[in-house]
Amino acid sequence: MFEKIKNNNTAIMVLFSIMVLAGPLIMAPFGAGYPDLLQRFAIYGIFAVGFNLLFGLTGYLSFGHAAFLGIGSYSAVWMFKLLTMNIVPAIFLAVLLSGLAALVIGYVALRRSGIYFSILTLAFAQMAYNLAYSVLTPITNGETGLQLSLHDARILDPVNTSGSLPSTNFFGAAMNATAKTELFGMTLQFNVGFYVCALILILAFYISLRIFNSPFGLMLRAIRTNQTRLNYTGVNTKPYTLAVFVISGMYAGLAGGLLACTDPLAGAERMQWTASGEVVLMTILGGAGTLIGPVLGSGFIKYFENIFSKINDTVLDGWFSFMPDSMADFFVTIVHPFVGKGWHLTLGILFMLVVIFLPGGLVEGATRIGQWIARKTGAAPESKANSTVISTVHKD
Amino acid sequence: MSLLTVKNVGKRFGGLQALNDVNLQVEEGSVHAIIGPNGAGKSTLLNCFVGKLMPDTGSVTFDGTSLLGLKPHEINQTGVSRVFQTPEIFSDLTVFENVMISCLSKRDGAFKLNAIAALKSQNDIRNHAEEMLEDVGLLEKRNMNSSSMSRGDKRRLEMAMCLAQDPKLLLLDEPTAGMSRADTNNTIELLQEIGSSRKITKVIIEHDMHVVFSLANKISVLAQGTVIAEDSPENIKGNPKVKEAYLGEAQP
Repeated sequence: MFEKIKNNNTAIMVLFSIMVLAGPLIMAPFGAGYPDLLQRFAIYGIFAVGFNLLFGLTGYLSFGHAAFLGIGSYSAVWMFKLLTMNIVPAIFLAVLLSGLAALVIGYVALRRSGIYFSILTLAFAQMAYNLAYSVLTPITNGETGLQLSLHDARILDPVNTSGSLPSTNFFGAAMNATAKTELFGMTLQFNVGFYVCALILILAFYISLRIFNSPFGLMLRAIRTNQTRLNYTGVNTKPYTLAVFVISGMYAGLAGGLLACTDPLAGAERMQWTASGEVVLMTILGGAGTLIGPVLGSGFIKYFENIFSKINDTVLDGWFSFMPDSMADFFVTIVHPFVGKGWHLTLGILFMLVVIFLPGGLVEGATRIGQWIARKTGAAPESKANSTVISTVHKD
Repeated sequence: MSLLTVKNVGKRFGGLQALNDVNLQVEEGSVHAIIGPNGAGKSTLLNCFVGKLMPDTGSVTFDGTSLLGLKPHEINQTGVSRVFQTPEIFSDLTVFENVMISCLSKRDGAFKLNAIAALKSQNDIRNHAEEMLEDVGLLEKRNMNSSSMSRGDKRRLEMAMCLAQDPKLLLLDEPTAGMSRADTNNTIELLQEIGSSRKITKVIIEHDMHVVFSLANKISVLAQGTVIAEDSPENIKGNPKVKEAYLGEAQP
């Protein structure tokens, strides 16, 4: 029994690592195999995995996580300006400062729960946004956003004589370096930045898995279920919620830092409430409280944002060109509002459908399909057990 | 030796004097029942023991330490466990996980950041939790979701969670409220079994006289916020003051 569970964890990690590392190969047929988007998949995956530790386990719905994302980005860019273009110190500072910010915000916001907690975190995030936008202009460069310049100190780097801005690197390997190959007529792009983000995502996912299966994780799930009982069982819930809030804030800061590593600029809009809402959508869409759900959800939303929004009438004409002209025009007119600028409409409908019919998110959908197949083929219940292991927390 | 000492406790809610100069001594190893008609102040008194209410006057001392001003989790960590009127369990979690939480709280105290160790490898906790489930007869239901159990089983589970903490004092707030006769008898048996194998002092708040007389070896009767009688079960049965409180004054 013990061995089996242990193997299951290993199996999850191996499967997850393969899927992530083969990202350029898997996403290429969907038109999403280019470095920019792949990096986004990995980074927002980290953001959502961290958010899920807080929301999925304890049920505390933070509406201000974008603040930590922004703090991470600003810290990273400052490191690029002052110290070096190597991303390691940048990531380190991003995680550290966002963790400290989470400690302060969490200490205050966690005095309340439920909707009041959500409103408090939202208020803090809006404060952070406005500080970044106007008050703290010397640090954040306000509206324009914080950018690199040729006159930056970068005390650890050799003097830049090229006259162009240096690029971020990981011990000399430029983040934007890309190797291209052709396979079955597709261009596969293997990008350094993506692989750095992917490895960090795998590590972040592994830590999340360990937390899910730890005594700490059990306490967090108990907090979601019944705080009264937990108090009368001798457990002080406050440090638990604060600890997970800080961990989750550090994940967000890490994601923010990585955003700056792949594209070294930071703007206040990264802290806006829409960004906080986005990570909530990602987590719920994928399946809150499940291990893999947040990664799926963030991938889905980023895919829609980048691919659906690029479908225009010319592309649609191509799709429906096999039809008679009048019919094709009709279909293009019908589909037109749902793609291109209207991609939010499709996402909104999808989100509604998921929340109404699959409260457990995409993961629940996948589990149901797995069970349906198992029933159809009359397979042993073992396959079902496997799918629930991946989708939910381990039952004993 | 008295384990729990309540001295001159008073509590007022607006115009209502809910508790008035209550004195109570719970002897170590005893099963002490607090009975009384509706609105006598039984639950208010219990809430003063567990950190939910702060009495206006008086003191509550447990095992030499004052309980006043302590938070519920701090009181629990001194060795006071509580069973609720409606079983309070972690309904999203399995039976086994429910008990493991209690075991973890007993071992690790009010807070421990134990985020990397695997729950599967905590053998001491797992064995402890299994023992407790065995004791209350729930071992074969360990993987069940606790919300899908019967009321009686939920009570058993809650009891297992309290026992896992090895408390010095167990507070039971109407443990059989709303139960069928069969479930009530089961609960009585369970409490008797627990009483025979461990020396846990118990305070029971109860309406049901059948339960009280089957379990208690000392009874305090509370009426209108004051203790009107405190005696052994036999003597309480014949006490005219108690009859009056429950049934009203005798007709001449």
